[in-house]
Amino acid sequence: MKHLLSAGDLTAAAATEILDIAAEMAAVQGREIKKLPTLRGRTVVNLFYEDSTRTRISFEAAAKRLSADVINFSAKGSSVEKGESLKDTAWTLQAMGADAVVIRHPASGAPYRLANWVNGSVLNAGDGTHEHPTQALLDAYTIRSRMGRIDGLRVAIVGDVLHSRVARSNALLLKTLGAKVTLVGPPTLVPQELGDVSYDLDALLPDSDVVMMLRVQKERMHSSYLPSAREYSRRYGLDGARLRRLPEHAIVMHPGPMNRGMEITPEVADSPRSTIVEQVTNGVSVRMACLYLLLGGK
Amino acid sequence: MPYAKTVLTDADVQRVVDRIAHQILEKTQGAQDVVLMGIVSRGVPLARRLAERISAFEGLSLPVGALDITLYRDDLRQQAVRKVGHTEEPPGGVDGRRVILVDDVLFSGRTIRAALDALSDLGRPGVVQLAVLVDRGHRQLPIRADYVGKNIPTALTEKVRVKLAEIDGTDEVQLEAA
Amino acid sequence: MKIYIRDGLIVDKAAGAQVVDTDGLVALPGLVDLHTHLREPGREDAETVLTGSRAAALGGYTAVCAMANTSPVADTAGVVEQVYRLGQEAGLVDVQPIGAVTVGLAGERLAELGAMAESAARVRVFSDDGFCVHDPRLMRRALEYVKAFNGVIAQHAEEPRLTEGAQMHEGDVSQRLGLTGWPAVAEESIIARDVLLAEHVGSRLHVCHVSTAGSVEVIRQAKARGVQVTAEVTPHHLLLTHELATSYDPVYKVNPPLRTASDVEALRQGVLDGTIDIIATDHAPHTSEDKECEWAYARPGMLGLETALPIAIHVFGEQWDLISERMSYAPARIAQLSGHGHPLTPGNPANFTLIDPTAKWAVDPHGLASLSHNTPYAGMTLPGRVVHTYLRGVQTVENGKVTK
Repeated sequence: MKHLLSAGDLTAAAATEILDIAAEMAAVQGREIKKLPTLRGRTVVNLFYEDSTRTRISFEAAAKRLSADVINFSAKGSSVEKGESLKDTAWTLQAMGADAVVIRHPASGAPYRLANWVNGSVLNAGDGTHEHPTQALLDAYTIRSRMGRIDGLRVAIVGDVLHSRVARSNALLLKTLGAKVTLVGPPTLVPQELGDVSYDLDALLPDSDVVMMLRVQKERMHSSYLPSAREYSRRYGLDGARLRRLPEHAIVMHPGPMNRGMEITPEVADSPRSTIVEQVTNGVSVRMACLYLLLGGK
Repeated sequence: MPYAKTVLTDADVQRVVDRIAHQILEKTQGAQDVVLMGIVSRGVPLARRLAERISAFEGLSLPVGALDITLYRDDLRQQAVRKVGHTEEPPGGVDGRRVILVDDVLFSGRTIRAALDALSDLGRPGVVQLAVLVDRGHRQLPIRADYVGKNIPTALTEKVRVKLAEIDGTDEVQLEAA
Repeated sequence: MKIYIRDGLIVDKAAGAQVVDTDGLVALPGLVDLHTHLREPGREDAETVLTGSRAAALGGYTAVCAMANTSPVADTAGVVEQVYRLGQEAGLVDVQPIGAVTVGLAGERLAELGAMAESAARVRVFSDDGFCVHDPRLMRRALEYVKAFNGVIAQHAEEPRLTEGAQMHEGDVSQRLGLTGWPAVAEESIIARDVLLAEHVGSRLHVCHVSTAGSVEVIRQAKARGVQVTAEVTPHHLLLTHELATSYDPVYKVNPPLRTASDVEALRQGVLDGTIDIIATDHAPHTSEDKECEWAYARPGMLGLETALPIAIHVFGEQWDLISERMSYAPARIAQLSGHGHPLTPGNPANFTLIDPTAKWAVDPHGLASLSHNTPYAGMTLPGRVVHTYLRGVQTVENGKVTK
């Protein structure tokens, strides 16, 4: 694996290998000594054009636990803010000897552009409304840990699918791994082209093994996607009553950060069905596995 | 001229494993506090067989673990990315115990170097020993085995191929040259 | 075949005439581009009137219409005269300025269309290209107003409320790539409105860069009703599709965006049946800073002048009558360029180009005459090479090299 740009690039075998390695990495995370010498002498640059402390520290922890050197390059207060182009930044990183660049960027496809301009590996940590492949991998890992499998599961991805990189990556990856994915939300926010679609959350709940809630941003109200936050939560928010309509074994996921009260109520977020905290923990293991596969060989 | 000759038959392999089991019992005062750690991949079935033999001889049930050393290798950059195997801590852990690392072939010693690092990240054993089915020489590090099934003098160009029933369907050790 | 030229005109064989031996080449009337961005004044780092004229001559053109979205905008007699004079100085093609419809292309009030029409540049085509004249009342007034001097409004058909933040054709590819979609209906709804407005006020309407099958259908119906509407298509919309965006390379970013294969097919059919009157390049040079970046931050547009004729040959084959009509006669008629767009018969201006239709050439972005390199055809092998071009009997291209 040279780059990790899209969850759609992973075959079922490749994705399963990542999850298997992540399981080994997770075992390391449970030990007193959490560090591995694997990537000694390798340099990983975290190139973040968006504020995302959660994702950045997750990648930073992953790289450090594999003994890589980590350089954090945040766009704020740097040459980027002074107008440096992505291409010039790429050359700078190249000159620093970056073996891998983890990039978070507001423009869809920016990691693809970067991959043309650096020799090292590029890892997409979220690009615009395109993809967030490591989030999908950690979600798949979480589902597999909780449910024992992914193949054959019925997964509902609920919310602002149109603007969600998490939804795109998950739809691709979970389908590759054999799940039946349904995208759920109001028609203005759920495009037809990405997979099976439903506008009726209540009808779907009794037949769902996994419900993945997406963050719905307040600004969607301003461009006529939604009439109001209240109407959205009434139709598509996951509350206690809806939680009880799920099968006994079903789990509730959310990539965070949550809008409590909007797409999910505190009762649901804090219930034992919720995997939200595990998702964060699993993020480090999955990212360790990805970094190993990108940098652990010739 | 390419060749492949059998240096240990299936019966030989079983005899050698029996002998190592006896030696472990002798050298460790009846396998007190012993933990067997098989190195992935063929060290793991060997460790299980040793535990099984020791159990048969003395009625002792020794803890067995598996140690994958991929993430500790010093030659990762020289090849395409390697598969990562499964590490399994033995029941009761390794702290303060007499850990016997088990592998199929001892060659350069680099695998054992990596295994010592991996083991020390799992905990702090009291004693670490090494048991191998075959020692083929050509050490590159100051490492030696405590229990050797068979010493096989080899040329550097030769390959020692160990087959075990659990993985390969049959027990055999061959010496090959391309 | 031999062509005889005297005093800039094609003549019958006559003493003292200059003789051009076509020598196995195909002689076409000098091509006319109704849609060219020359970037001067304002973005001389991307293109100048001179470098754009070179590219045009090398593409077989003898006249180009320069779009108004320069800096300053060509919305006054002063700016259009400046562009016109720069074209005369370059002397390789006739550069006919297009005037802006609204002041500063802002879509709020009419520019002084009459003053531009009466200027030395004699502007007849008006366009806010790059922006749509989206206010229906303003569009209606513009269509009416230019009747006084037989002008035409060339509309960039894009309903701006439907294309906010749009990056590429709205469809399965845009969904997959997470790029904001530019729906076909944003073009079709404006064309539908405009043909009704043109019909209502009895004016001429020209539709720039038609890109969808639905637009072709709207125009076909309007023409059948007798609406005075003409339409253009670009070479890239006749060949390329939205799948190319998958690389996220902004060299494929253009406005209107590349569409689907069935749109391409409908556009080709439109060219063949005359629903689409002309092929125009929408030559849009951009510097590498504006293209070698993230897709969303890149400027839309592609080079076109040097590849338009080869693409036309590639798509339609050696249909010289069709190519002459769509790339010379019809655009000259729409732009009212009386000195261009005539057959190579005695008495007509000696504006023509000689091409080798069998020659294949690989497009090298750095081998083009344009100052910019944003061609989407890099590495493609195209048929048809311009060998010589003549503007009023003066050779502007000789053996594939521009003469100045």
